[in-house]
Amino acid sequence: MGSKLTQSNRAGWAFALPGFGLIALFIIVPFFFAFALSLTDQRLISPNPTQYVGLENYRNLLGLAVVTLEPERDESGEIVRDEDGALQYPRVRSITRSDEYSQYAGMREWFRWQSGDNARVVVASDVIFMKALVNTLTFVIVVAPVQGGLALVLALLINQRLRGINVFRTVFFMPVVVSIVVVSLLWRFIYDGNDGLLNNLLSGLTFGLFEPVDWLGNTDTALGSIIAMSIWQAVGFHMVIWLAGLQTISPTLYEAAAIEGASKWQTFRYVTWPGLRNTAVLVLIVITMQSFALFAQIDVMTNGGPLDSTQTLVFQAVERGYGKQDISGGSTISVILFLLVLTISLIQRYLTRERT
Amino acid sequence: MADVSLKEVRKSYGKVEVIKGVDLDIKDGEFVVFVGPSGCGKSTLLRMIAGLEDITSGTLEIGGRIVNEVQPKDRGIAMVFQSYAIFPHMSVRENVGFGLTIAGVAKEEKEKKVMEAARILQMEHLLDRRPSQLSGGQRQRVAIGRAIVRDPAVFLFDEPLSNLDAALRMDMRMEIGKLHKQLDATMVYVTHDQVEAMTLADKIVVLRDGVVQQIGAPMELYHNPANLFVAGFIGSPSMNFMDVEVVERSAEGITVKAPALDPVTLPAAGRDYASMAKGKLGIRPQYLSVSKNGTAGALHGTVALVERLGTETVVNVELTRGGRIVAALSEDRPLDLGSQIALGFDPARAHLFEAA
Ligand SMILES: Nc1ncnc2c1ncn2[C@@H]1O[C@H](COP(=O)(O)OP(=O)(O)OP(=O)(O)O)[C@@H](O)[C@H]1O
Ligand SMILES: [Mg+2]
Repeated sequence: MGSKLTQSNRAGWAFALPGFGLIALFIIVPFFFAFALSLTDQRLISPNPTQYVGLENYRNLLGLAVVTLEPERDESGEIVRDEDGALQYPRVRSITRSDEYSQYAGMREWFRWQSGDNARVVVASDVIFMKALVNTLTFVIVVAPVQGGLALVLALLINQRLRGINVFRTVFFMPVVVSIVVVSLLWRFIYDGNDGLLNNLLSGLTFGLFEPVDWLGNTDTALGSIIAMSIWQAVGFHMVIWLAGLQTISPTLYEAAAIEGASKWQTFRYVTWPGLRNTAVLVLIVITMQSFALFAQIDVMTNGGPLDSTQTLVFQAVERGYGKQDISGGSTISVILFLLVLTISLIQRYLTRERT
Repeated sequence: MADVSLKEVRKSYGKVEVIKGVDLDIKDGEFVVFVGPSGCGKSTLLRMIAGLEDITSGTLEIGGRIVNEVQPKDRGIAMVFQSYAIFPHMSVRENVGFGLTIAGVAKEEKEKKVMEAARILQMEHLLDRRPSQLSGGQRQRVAIGRAIVRDPAVFLFDEPLSNLDAALRMDMRMEIGKLHKQLDATMVYVTHDQVEAMTLADKIVVLRDGVVQQIGAPMELYHNPANLFVAGFIGSPSMNFMDVEVVERSAEGITVKAPALDPVTLPAAGRDYASMAKGKLGIRPQYLSVSKNGTAGALHGTVALVERLGTETVVNVELTRGGRIVAALSEDRPLDLGSQIALGFDPARAHLFEAA
């Protein structure tokens, strides 16, 4: 089979050529381009010639350090406190901008925590990237199990012979068919802080006790809102994959289990779940990859705000590459994202491998 | 103690009735075989006894208790499926002990019972294998082992051997026979295979289109078929039928003739043919023999097809006066195609049925 394709099978090659060509042009070449560009200072439009900069782009993104700040003391060595009794610390800038500590040059504070009287400050070369990284990981960690689990529950519910079950199948699958951009626009109305559907609903259910929340305008709720909406949108897709897996399990296995006296839960545990192993691996990997690629919702709903609380890696890659015309920076984020997804997929594959 | 009794049992799928009022009594320890052509409702009837299909009307008793509404697990039955229905992700040991795992039986007791079943089926050496590492016969053994471990009052088999090759089928058939003697349990067995039915059964139930045609011991069915259908169904090759006209009735018997057949008198043997003017004469191929010319009732024709099986020669004869007949001659006998042949039979072994 393989050898036939590699040998002089001209018609075959001719037919395959357009497909190969397009894949090469739009997937394979850009992939290697991204690697190459991430090692340069290429900009989208620039009068200066492109230069090889080694790993500098990576350093600029990933640079991270912890600085310990001691509280301010007066001449006698006593700790200075303000009127509220709070400790006073030197400004982080005094370190990152001083020539004494050149290793921290250009870094900014990301977050800090208290350790005794000292404050420990995490400084990062690129705080926005760090926030994007954390947000993306949070998104993946929440969405993968919740969406996968919810999809499984729906699939189990829908995999019954009931009157009108097709109505439910259609309803659950419908959001998948609608463009994510349209869905995001609609959900912007639902989440609206003044007169949004969600606020109205909640205040209706609590007889007006519920205080309206600006779901997307609040740093505490913005990412959660996007997570909820994203889970809702794609859950039908994964439900269908689970459903396909469920249908491959032989009905006689269920009959055998029924005769042996298995309860519903035991049937799931001993028959259904083992039969879904391969499907589970697929669903998990697909959700993980899709989640890492989170972009459209952010672009339409929050633009990364408020206060960078919904920044994500892909959004940052696009924002830098095209918004700020910093192609090399965008490429670097893409490469980091690629390595991240690759690592996680390999780990998942290892954890879910066939044990014999 | 585990009699099974069906009274006026019916089953409909929507408007289609597939079991049309079955009455059947199975005594404790009896081996009952359901036979009939494909689609006649054998499996449906068995599954109704198992509790996998609802009973539309009528009553089903197992061990003196009406079980129409009882869950399969509480009926005291075990079932062996044609497709084995063993759990692919469990070892043989786990499969055999599945019912006990479900019931929460203590480990030592489970192990003891599994070993006991394995000993009976001579598969101790297979216990740690996975189903994928087993042959078809071994898989079916596992399925039977799972049934034995439950210690059921009634075993149900749905064509358990039809996925096996001929040699293995014979082995397993004998083993199931042995098992029945050893366990002394009631067994209900569905099969297509006449040999299985004839060799295993204490009692055969012949079904056709959801109606019982005859119930009886194998030899009773063979020698005294109740109707044309049973006569044609039991025995291989199947019985020859010939339209005949009644010429004369007397105390000793009834004389019939056909275009291809000179008048022949069948002994009455207690049967009453009073109302019959036309009928069908049935002659088993095994009871036809090559005769000298001039024998009464002889059938003359030319050899159209010869199948030599070694112990038996099956001859298709094209009768000179119209029609065809199959004879199974009980020795290896080379016959030339197209040669003349005369066949005779013992009128006492022929059957006369009402013309359908
Ligand atoms: N779920 C169902 N819905 C409608 N009709 C059914 C259903 N299951 C079985 N039947 C019908 O009931 C009849 C009996 O089926 P059954 O499976 O009992 O036949 P069988 O005797 O076991 O045949 P085989 O020897 O081929 O296994 C068939 O005509 C079949 O089409
Ligand atoms: Mg069947």
